Amino acid sequence: MKKVHVQTTVNGEETEFLCEPRQSLLEVLRDVVGYTGTKEGCLTGDCGACSVIMDGRPTDSCLVLGVEAEGKDITTVEGLADGDTLHPLQKKFLEHAALQCGICTPGFLVTSKALLDRNPNPTEHEIRYALAGNLCRCTGYDKIVRAVQDAAAEMQGR
Amino acid sequence: MEAQHEHQFKVIGTRPIRHDGVDKVTGRARYGADITLPGLLHGKVLRSPRPHARIKSIETSEAQALPGVKAVVTGADFPEIEPGMLQIGENFVNPRHLAANIMARDKVLYDGHAVAAVAATSPHVAEEALKLIRVEYEPLPFVQNVLEAMRDNAVILHPDLRTAGVDAGDDTETNIANHIQFSRGDLAAGFAAAEMVIEREFDTSMVHQGYIEPHNAVAQYNQDDKATVWVSTQGPFAVRELCGTMLQINPGDIKVVPAEIGGGFGGKTTVYLEPVALLLSKLTGRPVKMVMSRSEVLRATGPTPGSHIRAKIGVNLEGKITAAELQLSFEAGAFPGSPVAAGCMTVLAPYDLENFQIDGYDVVLNKPKTCAYRAPGATNPALAAETILDEMAERLGLDPLEIRRINGAKEGTAQPAGPQFKRIGYLETVEAIHNSEHYQSPPPQSANGKLRGRGVATGFWFNAAFQSSATVSINTDGSANVVTGSPDIGGSRASCAMIAAEVLGLRSEDMHPVVADTESIGHTDTTGGSRVTFATGLAVYEAAQDAVGQLKQRAATVWKVKPEDVTYQDGVLSCLTNGHESLSLKEIAPKFPRAGGPVMGRASVRPRGVGPAFAAHVVDVEIDPETGKVDILRYTAAQDVGKAVHPSYVEGQIQGGVAQGVGWALNEEYFYAEDGTMRNTGFLDYRMPTCLDLPMIETILVEVANPGHPIGIRGVGEVPIIPPPAAIANAIYRATGVRMTELPMSPARVAKAILEKNGA
Repeated sequence: MKKVHVQTTVNGEETEFLCEPRQSLLEVLRDVVGYTGTKEGCLTGDCGACSVIMDGRPTDSCLVLGVEAEGKDITTVEGLADGDTLHPLQKKFLEHAALQCGICTPGFLVTSKALLDRNPNPTEHEIRYALAGNLCRCTGYDKIVRAVQDAAAEMQGR
Repeated sequence: MEAQHEHQFKVIGTRPIRHDGVDKVTGRARYGADITLPGLLHGKVLRSPRPHARIKSIETSEAQALPGVKAVVTGADFPEIEPGMLQIGENFVNPRHLAANIMARDKVLYDGHAVAAVAATSPHVAEEALKLIRVEYEPLPFVQNVLEAMRDNAVILHPDLRTAGVDAGDDTETNIANHIQFSRGDLAAGFAAAEMVIEREFDTSMVHQGYIEPHNAVAQYNQDDKATVWVSTQGPFAVRELCGTMLQINPGDIKVVPAEIGGGFGGKTTVYLEPVALLLSKLTGRPVKMVMSRSEVLRATGPTPGSHIRAKIGVNLEGKITAAELQLSFEAGAFPGSPVAAGCMTVLAPYDLENFQIDGYDVVLNKPKTCAYRAPGATNPALAAETILDEMAERLGLDPLEIRRINGAKEGTAQPAGPQFKRIGYLETVEAIHNSEHYQSPPPQSANGKLRGRGVATGFWFNAAFQSSATVSINTDGSANVVTGSPDIGGSRASCAMIAAEVLGLRSEDMHPVVADTESIGHTDTTGGSRVTFATGLAVYEAAQDAVGQLKQRAATVWKVKPEDVTYQDGVLSCLTNGHESLSLKEIAPKFPRAGGPVMGRASVRPRGVGPAFAAHVVDVEIDPETGKVDILRYTAAQDVGKAVHPSYVEGQIQGGVAQGVGWALNEEYFYAEDGTMRNTGFLDYRMPTCLDLPMIETILVEVANPGHPIGIRGVGEVPIIPPPAAIANAIYRATGVRMTELPMSPARVAKAILEKNGA
């Protein structure tokens, strides 16, 4: 199948790649660009393991085609830390033991970041609503919600 | 072994950051699907669209001819495997059945059963090739209901199957693979002594573990007949053994490298893709990667059985159980091997019983072969026993926790399976729920058309031990490497490292825990049975003690004294006999080359002192009587956890188990259409709890030290899944007056039950 040239921004870096029109953004990120931190859980947009931030919106990268990334700004879990400093969400996920197996963690982190970017002070219900598209089977969500609450508080300087 | 007291611990009981944490929050952790190799091919599996059919022919030449396709295999390409019985950790495996499950031979036995596989240059080409494979099926009648499968004239899956156990010797065709029985006392006398007897039937649906990471395998079969498999598995040594058996090669010639694992809950304890990827790699000379889709995971890997349960229990006026009679019929799936025995042995284990008979039936039918799922077999019958006890308590005017106290097992009580309990914490756990802020608060009152109620339930799980190996090596900087063979599903690197740090008197951060491949550590059984922190932790404990002994010898050599004259505390070696200055590990490590060599402690264990786990849960629910939807308002889980090594991860195990139990109770089920195909093969329709469906889950860690472990550790992972369905059913009753006897208690079922009660 003939490949298409795509120019995009991934984690702040101008990135270009060739992909088949049938390849999802998830597949391109993982297998072409090499960002395997974004995970595949279902390929039907039901689990959120493949979440990325695309132009500021949390997005299931399995439901987007690679060619649709043209001209977009994409953030994956690999783009959350600032050099040798973890993002407050990453730090709080560790402190609160908000992960067990860790396969859903990248999706929760980027979805949480998208939430805090637009709503820096969410209620518990707003956090649960924003994260309802991300499935975690290990934690029962309790420690994830607390980690997001704590990260929001820290980022607000509270 | 004497359990230590809490005040002695410096590391155990604290909450350090897990060692693999940064890798897992930055996306660096490598799971099986993240692994790539030069020349990698991609494998895909063709699966049966029929629940039961004879394979008349498979035509693969068109697929073989598609550009990019490198190999196509069917059942005929795999070795013929003789029947037998392999013990792999807690699982018993008939290798012939396993082989037939991995790739169908003459018959397909369920929707999703593998019939062929392709290796190609991309996953898309492999998928296209699957469409070019022509399979001619001769459809056969099928059976998917456990009671129908048990009937005399039922459709037969395996003509050579005969019932083992109590009914062994009957030479008639059957789907009942096993009939087991546990009994004690005089059942008739027990029921005669009862003031009240309640008898009821229950049905539970097949449910899946629901790990977010699909099964995967990357295999490289070399030209010298040695092979490597990278895979997300709970049991790398089991994968090695099973792949060797399936392909008739020496297990030792296969190296299994455990990748990070994205959840397992018992479901990643066997093999599906691994032998197929190995064979495709052998045929092509190239590495082959296979990753299941979500629909393949649901259709064709091992869920936990649905079941039919009859329960009859009698109590006297004081609330003491006088007799119990249960029949558990479990769906094994397409091949024998459900956890019905565990169901029989756990269901009444929280109680001190004089008279009982529990019968278990392992039944094959046209659904996927079941696999372990968190406390396998225990949750199904707990629904029966724990809701009947609730009803008895209510009729006798007893608090539902009081009837548990009256009958509760304690040290010396004989389990239904026979052995007496050693020191256990069942009554303490019930007490902890009784005293909880949640239980002491007023029960929720119905209001605004919403019905509210509170329920409790309890549960028991054995926990397991099996075999583990570990090494603890001292580095030149005074830190230590802690090497085990137990894949880390939920923080066991941290718990093993903390145990080593405790013994070595160092910080958790000074440890470097490693999960090694099958050629780099001694045999270690599968991560499962809540055994890793208990058993692998014990191997680490002993290996660290071995290292301490060696450290004393090294210091004695340096100081030219006897090892007995050296003490070791908090990472510092001191000399008792003369004025040598004490040495820290960092100071002595550079002296090893001239003092006896490197320090590497080692241990392998097969512990006997397993400490069972008990749980008691309370839940408040709200029901919309119009829709039947049940919302969880508040949930508190108390559990006897022995000694909590890393309390955050112990709480996490409890919270995760509760969440899975809530899903099992309210939403999750395998739904089969009339044509025998599974209809809810994605997460949209196989509906697991989201974070919007759950409240915070409160936990109470009850620490009754396990006398069989030097630190008092008990397994903690499995028991929390057992009480939720019964606790929620009891809460629904208190809210609505309706006794639910079928899982899931989905909105339609609850609404129907409420309508029926109201005479509509």
